[in-house]
Amino acid sequence: MGAAWLGAWPEEWAWPGEGAWLDTALSSLSVAPEGAGLSGSGRGVGRRGLRGSCSRRGCGTRGDGRLRGVNPWYQVSFGLSASHAVDANPEHPGAVPTPGPALAEGTRGGRWGLDAACGAASLRARSQRVDPAPRTAMEKMARVSTALGGNTLTGRTMFCHLDAPANAISVCRDAAQVVVAGRNIFKIYSIEEEQFVEKLNLRVGRKPSLNFSCADVVWHQMDENLLATAATNGVVVTWNLGKPSRNKQDQLFTEHKRTVNKVCFHPTEVYMLLSGSQDGYMKCFDLRKKDSVSTFSGQSESVRDVQFSIRDYFTFAATFENGNVQLWDIRRPDRYERMFTAHNGPVFCCDWHPEDRGWLATGGRDKMVKVWDMNTTRAKEIYCVQTIASVARVKWRPECKHHIATCSMMVDHNIYVWDVRRPFIPSAMFEEHKDVTTGIVWRHLHDPYFLLSGSKDSTLYQHIFKDASQPIDRANPEGLCYSLYGDLAFAAKESLISSDSNRKPYIGDRRHPIFFKRKLDPTEQFEYISSSSALSVFETDVESGSMDWFVHTAKQYALAGRPLAELCDHNAKVAKGLDRNQVAQTWTMLRIIYSSLGTVSSTNLNHSMGKGSTTLPLMNSFNLKDIPSGLGSESRLDRSKGESRTENILMDSSSTLINNEDNEETEGSDVPADYLLGDVEADEDDLYMMDHENPHAEEQEYSLPQEAFPLRHEIVDNPSALDHLQDKADSPHVSGNEAETVSLTPVESFSLISISHSLYENRLPSDFFNPIVRDTLLFYAEQGDVQTAVSVLIVLGDRIRKEIDEQTQEHWYTSYIDLLQRFQLWNISNEVIKLSTCRAINCLNQASTTLHINCSNCKRPMSNRGWICDRCRQCASMCAVCHHVVKGLFVWCQGCSHGGHLQHIMKWLETSSHCPAGCGHLCEYT
Amino acid sequence: MEEREGELRWDGLCSRDAATRAAALDNVGQAVLRRSRSVAPGRAAGGLPAAAARDGLSEALVRLLMLSKRCPFRDVRERSEAILSSVQELGIRIPRPLGHGPSRFIPEKETVQVGSEDAMMHALFADSFATLGRLDNVTLVMVFHPQYLESFLKTQHYLLQMDGPLPLHYRHYIGIMAAARHQCSYLVNLHVNDFLHVGGDPKWLNGLENAPQKLQNLGELNKMLAHRPWLITKEHIEQLLKTEENSWSLAELIHAVVLLTHYHSLASFTFGCGISPEIDCEGGHTFRPPSVSNYCLCDITNGYHGVDDIHASPAASIPTTESVCEVEALMEKMKQLQECRDEEEASQEEMATRFEREKRESMFVCSSEDEESAPTRDVSRHFEDTSYGYKDFSRHGMHVPTFRAQDYSWEDHGYSLVNRLYPDVGQLLDEKFHIAYNLTYNTMAMHKDVDTSMLRRAIWNYIHCMFGIRYDDYDYGEINQLLDRSFKVYIKTVVCTPEKTTKRMYDSFWRQFEHSEKVHVNLLLVEARMQAELLYALRAITRYMT
Repeated sequence: MGAAWLGAWPEEWAWPGEGAWLDTALSSLSVAPEGAGLSGSGRGVGRRGLRGSCSRRGCGTRGDGRLRGVNPWYQVSFGLSASHAVDANPEHPGAVPTPGPALAEGTRGGRWGLDAACGAASLRARSQRVDPAPRTAMEKMARVSTALGGNTLTGRTMFCHLDAPANAISVCRDAAQVVVAGRNIFKIYSIEEEQFVEKLNLRVGRKPSLNFSCADVVWHQMDENLLATAATNGVVVTWNLGKPSRNKQDQLFTEHKRTVNKVCFHPTEVYMLLSGSQDGYMKCFDLRKKDSVSTFSGQSESVRDVQFSIRDYFTFAATFENGNVQLWDIRRPDRYERMFTAHNGPVFCCDWHPEDRGWLATGGRDKMVKVWDMNTTRAKEIYCVQTIASVARVKWRPECKHHIATCSMMVDHNIYVWDVRRPFIPSAMFEEHKDVTTGIVWRHLHDPYFLLSGSKDSTLYQHIFKDASQPIDRANPEGLCYSLYGDLAFAAKESLISSDSNRKPYIGDRRHPIFFKRKLDPTEQFEYISSSSALSVFETDVESGSMDWFVHTAKQYALAGRPLAELCDHNAKVAKGLDRNQVAQTWTMLRIIYSSLGTVSSTNLNHSMGKGSTTLPLMNSFNLKDIPSGLGSESRLDRSKGESRTENILMDSSSTLINNEDNEETEGSDVPADYLLGDVEADEDDLYMMDHENPHAEEQEYSLPQEAFPLRHEIVDNPSALDHLQDKADSPHVSGNEAETVSLTPVESFSLISISHSLYENRLPSDFFNPIVRDTLLFYAEQGDVQTAVSVLIVLGDRIRKEIDEQTQEHWYTSYIDLLQRFQLWNISNEVIKLSTCRAINCLNQASTTLHINCSNCKRPMSNRGWICDRCRQCASMCAVCHHVVKGLFVWCQGCSHGGHLQHIMKWLETSSHCPAGCGHLCEYT
Repeated sequence: MEEREGELRWDGLCSRDAATRAAALDNVGQAVLRRSRSVAPGRAAGGLPAAAARDGLSEALVRLLMLSKRCPFRDVRERSEAILSSVQELGIRIPRPLGHGPSRFIPEKETVQVGSEDAMMHALFADSFATLGRLDNVTLVMVFHPQYLESFLKTQHYLLQMDGPLPLHYRHYIGIMAAARHQCSYLVNLHVNDFLHVGGDPKWLNGLENAPQKLQNLGELNKMLAHRPWLITKEHIEQLLKTEENSWSLAELIHAVVLLTHYHSLASFTFGCGISPEIDCEGGHTFRPPSVSNYCLCDITNGYHGVDDIHASPAASIPTTESVCEVEALMEKMKQLQECRDEEEASQEEMATRFEREKRESMFVCSSEDEESAPTRDVSRHFEDTSYGYKDFSRHGMHVPTFRAQDYSWEDHGYSLVNRLYPDVGQLLDEKFHIAYNLTYNTMAMHKDVDTSMLRRAIWNYIHCMFGIRYDDYDYGEINQLLDRSFKVYIKTVVCTPEKTTKRMYDSFWRQFEHSEKVHVNLLLVEARMQAELLYALRAITRYMT
């Protein structure tokens, strides 16, 4: 059941519990308020993109950024509407009707569902009712002040104004004092119960010195009198608070030539200080000596962070501007122990895990936080969190193995605490700062509830965990998704599902619930969000669930490149072939409405007038062809049958009359001759059908392409049930075309045949039937058959485009394209994009479509252009047959990787089974 | 009419496939010859149509001339030359290029000749030709440094052609606006063509007031960025973003800002290296036979007096002992600075005053030869306020707070902002800045294995200093040691008032150095200027966003 669907969503299924559903939805939500929709950086977006690119790589292209950027919003809105529908229509399990006119792309049996990974508003409301339990538990925990070695931490969320923006902060070992450093500030505050109290200003002296302009500050964790700062001018300064004088400055190291970005004390060694500078050097100082003890060279790459390992006495990690992380042994200044590339672009920060000796977290400009396991010989990335802005600082949360706090360097002012196992949604968020946060530090080594932060907005904050906002609360804990085949998956909190299981809509013989549960991790003391959820899949029955018709139709439909009449006929035939009679009928009607027009209809008329005898049968032939097929076997949709019948009649009746010269001109090929041909064909066709034995006198004037005949034949030959014809005995009269223009009474039809065509022109504007066609399209779309709607839209082009508002069209296009891509019909989806008249859709193709090619000679990726390899200076893609460069379709054998022009290879392989390159491989072209 | 259409099909020539090119050239050749015969003196048909035909023909001939000189593909060059000569045989006057090579400052023989470039250069030429349909003089001069050129072309291509928030004709128009601020007719001409080519409305070219209001709103930012970027505040940004209609989106604004800064600095390069007009642009060719006069009007207005023959290359002609010492002295100073840096540690105040002094002095560094070159008329229409030029920091008593590079740097802040709003461009610019800053061949004039990082940093920081950007960790005393007055004059002129650059300035600094090294200096100027402008604009945008 739903096997294909499973295949389409591998990550989601691999991820246990509701997490994935939730997170996808939420991260797209959380992006929104930032106004950062453009960057599309939510995790949901990223993942979608990933999936898209994986599957598309098969055909060599990467998807378009635009689509990716837009989609999460679709997810949200569709998810909501669809689940509303679930709620509102309990009587129709499996078949979810349209949510409303605004979202006309509602689904029929979920045929063309979207990646709706987001729950319903109504369900969410319920979830909040369930929520309080864990929440209160958490609060209880938060209120318990932690007793830590006789020193009790209490406090509240509070802040104080600094005089200037802060660059870094650090706490004293006893968790009672914090030092704030910045370009124009260097102060120590004590943390009281209710407020911060300024204790000491370390900027003394009248003249401002650049030595006070701090890029970083660190408080020794063993000696509470010892501080070190890194100055922007490259000086490392140590401060001794025990000094009796006002000036606490202790030592000055001026060895670095550029800004010092970071200083770090050894965790257990009192006198050992490490610094990392822009000049590419790291220096280790012994505070008892005047100069550095050893210098480590980063090969002229700027050092952004240095951190002593907490457990390994001799090891420290350094991060670099070029994305590398190096591990050094303090005893060996000549060479790093290990190096790996952690990020794309500068690595701004790193932090060793306080408990797990092998874990190192890094944060970079590429907006990622990565956790590396350093125990193995090669550093292994074990977790990765994608944030929405470059990561300035990372700090592991004490006592919580998987929690890490981050803040950003640009644009985003919040502090996030992530559970690295759930990288899509921050588990807590502090939103107090008004400008970027520059320093974060946990107040006490063993207390996970107090976080201090300094910011460019000149404030110092103490955050209490219970006051943190929890994005999870705002997320919908439900996920809902349709598969390609109409199956519906629904994930929600387990408690919800079980309590709801008695609800009507969820019961039914089609229900096959599957449950995935994630047990609470007993070691995780602070896991207060239930992460157990249930996933149910509702299957549609096999028959109606089969989407073969969709694929076949998509493949066979002709959308452009031929005259309208031919397109319609062709598509009608296709639909017919798939037993979709109503659709076939629609196509035929469209042809009649829009293509038998203008000049030809006048010739038609002339014929009619001239040869009265042929006129009547001609009309009859229409009816034979159209009406019965429409009525014949339309069994599935009873309610629509009546409608379509009336439409048929209406349209039919007027079919050939419409003089639509304007519209003609918008047809793809503007050459008038073409029209003549096309129209005449239709005309001819009718005559042909009407009477084989008695070819029309004027037939000889037009020579038809031969293949047109069999084509038409098949359409004509459709098995129209005679009894239907009988039922509608008067239909021929009704559709006695010209009559209708004057009066809709069937009887008059014959008498009015002789009306000259100029009259019709006046009476029936070209767009007379547009409202009806529009309604037809809307009807199809609402039925879930967006394919028909879009195909008609494309075929009719400007004739109908203005009738339907741009947004609806866009919805249809995106839905259809999405569907096509899920069925991996890349070429067709591309064609649709290309043919669409919607600006928003059209530009999908113009946006960042990238084709990655490796050179066939040197096997390296080729640069921007496809034909010449920059490295080996050879044309990479030569045709093995003609030895010219291939610039269009390149087909190649996957066995021997030789190839060339599609035509050449096809031709070659017709006569030979060996590779044209002479490599001896037996190539096969299928 | 059909004939005419046939003639204008030049697109096949950009192909990399020799056969396609040959076919396209055949077409062009036949069409041109046919046209030529019809207007040939022997068969004077007379009348208006002939005149029109002649116009069309000369256009085609000029284009052929350009191809014969500037196409990276030898077959095209030879064929177009052949076509030209066969046209000449018909008695029709064919154009000839004016000027001497891509740069007025650098003798043609010392530039890279099309056809004699090495493989990497050829690849770059071919790339550039394939995407632009031409090989412009800027490319021909920049190719001294192919590594940089590659990054430059990639970025420019991305900014102008690839997907971005702004429509194509807007991009070129913004380029015109930016170049016009510096009266850079070279860039303006180039982009007027491109602008029309992508379907821009020719009316807009009559002046900024004919462009949409949205672009007009950008005028103010353009002015400030070009001349006084430190005055940009978040209010300016807000004005652009918050006007109900015609407002800019953030992404569009970033795109526009990057384009503006790109073309401001490219204008600096154009003047700094004395780029000549393109052959197929106005002033790049003449139909007059060479004997009539040695130079035409546009040469004069561009400061070209045909003096090349007299002066020749100054480096070669006047190797005075004094200028030889120049290089040695410079290297000696660098060595000294390297060694005794740690010994004499200047006090903090001293460092601060050094920066201030350098900043202050930078504005007194003025060229004595302020020969105002009259702006050509068709350029001046693009900017309303000619009086608004580069104003030095405290000349009018206004004090501009120093911009601390450590508080807002390209690497940490600017990059993130650009990349966030205009994906991939941050990366491209980052690469370009890096290449420009780190580019070195470890040579100085005739000396090899020299570490030039100190000199490069001095130049870079001097330019930023002119814009008020201060690096805490730099001793601005070094600038005074390393950059002599004539060099400072040159830098200052090229960066702040590029239109005033003269050949004399170019010749008078670093006389011993190669032309390629002077071009290298120009690259540093260009990138440093661009980064400085960007930093101010981006900081304002960041402030607006927070």
